Amino acid sequence: MGPAEIKETILDILEGIAPDEDLSGLKDDVPLREQLELDSMDFLDIVMELRKRYRVQIPEDDYLELATMNSTVNYLTPLMKDLEKV
Amino acid sequence: MARDFLKGARDSYDCIVIGSGLAGMTAANTLARTGQSVLLLEQHYKLGGMATWFKRPGGHIFDISLHGFPVGMIKSCRRYWSKEIADSIVQLRNIRFDNPMFSLTTTFNREDFTRLLIEKFQLPEADVVAFFDAARGMNFYDDQSTTVGELFQKFFPGREDVIRLLMEPITYANGSTLEDPAISYGIVFSNFMSQGVFTFEGGTDRLIDLMHKELVTSGVDVRIRCDVEKILVRDRRVCGVRVNGRDIAARSVVSNANLKSTIFRMVGEEHFDRKFVDDAQAVRLNNSSCQVYMALKPGSDLDESLGDLLFSSTAPLFRTDALLSRDITSRTYSFYYPRTRPGSDRSLIVSSTNARYEDWAKLSKEDYEASKRDLVETTIDALARYVPDIRERLAHAEASTPITFRHYTQHLNGASFGTKFEGLAVSRAIPEQVGGLYHAGSVGIIMSGWLGAMNYGVIVANDVDSWLLKSATRPPLAATT
Ligand SMILES: Cc1cc2nc3c(=O)[nH]c(=O)nc-3n(C[C@H](O)[C@H](O)[C@H](O)COP(=O)(O)OP(=O)(O)OC[C@H]3O[C@@H](n4cnc5c(N)ncnc54)[C@H](O)[C@@H]3O)c2cc1C
Repeated sequence: MGPAEIKETILDILEGIAPDEDLSGLKDDVPLREQLELDSMDFLDIVMELRKRYRVQIPEDDYLELATMNSTVNYLTPLMKDLEKV
Repeated sequence: MARDFLKGARDSYDCIVIGSGLAGMTAANTLARTGQSVLLLEQHYKLGGMATWFKRPGGHIFDISLHGFPVGMIKSCRRYWSKEIADSIVQLRNIRFDNPMFSLTTTFNREDFTRLLIEKFQLPEADVVAFFDAARGMNFYDDQSTTVGELFQKFFPGREDVIRLLMEPITYANGSTLEDPAISYGIVFSNFMSQGVFTFEGGTDRLIDLMHKELVTSGVDVRIRCDVEKILVRDRRVCGVRVNGRDIAARSVVSNANLKSTIFRMVGEEHFDRKFVDDAQAVRLNNSSCQVYMALKPGSDLDESLGDLLFSSTAPLFRTDALLSRDITSRTYSFYYPRTRPGSDRSLIVSSTNARYEDWAKLSKEDYEASKRDLVETTIDALARYVPDIRERLAHAEASTPITFRHYTQHLNGASFGTKFEGLAVSRAIPEQVGGLYHAGSVGIIMSGWLGAMNYGVIVANDVDSWLLKSATRPPLAATT
């Protein structure tokens, strides 16, 4: 999976977490928290969903890497490069 | 022969959850949905833990801990349970205070509190805004040395009436005092202030029934009347539990039982480091409760202007130790109108007070019974101030005490709201001591209450899921004894 597919995956997960939000105008370099109503439980759900779908492990100390879409994709790229998108 | 409540249970699971409180059930459901095999063991004959109810002849159904929770429950129920559960959550709009300092009605959210603090309490708007922002900005990683009392002194020095308004409901909600860390207050208070107080339509029995069905759908093996005696540990790794005389293996165990009984009774301190044992011993339990349950005669309606929740007190000043005293001056009444349980013609009232276990445990059997009767009588008298003809209209009244709470949940000292703040760090550190062992349940004030317990269940389920994935790559553990 490359960066574009990883971004798609994250958007798909976000859609499940924030079904009422419009994600089309999301800016990749602005913290997700500033654009969406996300709390710490929502970030936990992203982590759980990634593990469920791809068995990707994100340790608690790395949750900060999920701040923006860009930082999330950058962080996940090496972890997910050998995985197929489902 | 005694019935086998474990009939058909497997010999091993990915995870065993001990206790079906809201944290235990939510952890079990979350784990099962990620595909883990889960066994949920509950010692009582019904699920729910403190989220419970009881029935009395004549068709009365009393809720124990359904007085109100923050709006966050809607999202958590939606995500970790079902839409049907989330859609049954409704707001309680009339929250009342009546004490020698002030009487008022509020929707109990930031907007209305701001209005009250400015108009009724004559505070400068800037101070009120600054206080709310400070409370909302608090998070778990902040400094823990500031106390709630200091927080109030900083923003509203000398204003005992303001402190009472801001603190009394939270003290009832989770037993916190002015000496507890400000951050635990700030987090819980802000959760409520976000949109007000909510309840579950249909009552606790309906909620737990829906959750039970959902657990089964998710594939959780649910067992009642299964009292776990021991958590089995070998070489600093958890390997299963001993329950009803049988050993069942598991790669991970989540205890929803009391934090201290988990460590000292079910695991045993020999499996932990000295320093950890000292920290665990030092954890203070929260207080317990007394309640009086009153049912009105069928069709006897309560005037809805009584409100949904009424924080009433005859004490001249707000003092947390006075709230715990057997000499009761403060009571919180929950008024349940028939609409709480659509289709019902019953109005019920539950009066709650905070209480100390020791005060009740030391009584002789006779004194205990007499004190319980006295509690019922004095409560009815106090309530007559708001419902003048209450005695004639009552169909049923009875009381519970800290002894009752301990009996049904096995919480040490009948603790109603888990532990004080330090309990959270101990709860979180358990898996560092014993691999695969976790605790999820009311701790540290912020992780208590319906919402806190439920979310903590999810947080711990995430840890367990991660551990299971990690440990799956190692050679599997042999089935154990
Ligand atoms: C009087 C009262 C009023 C309350 N009002 C409210 C309110 O209005 N709003 C709100 O949000 N919160 C309220 N609370 C608090 C809330 O009910 C609790 O914080 C929450 O329900 C606790 O959930 P829990 O998962 O931590 O565990 P618990 O509900 O304590 O459940 C623990 C479970 O573990 C089981 N267990 C223990 N030991 C074993 C064993 N060895 N083997 C098997 N099972 C075992 C117990 O039987 C129990 O079912 C109230 C509490 C009380 C007491």
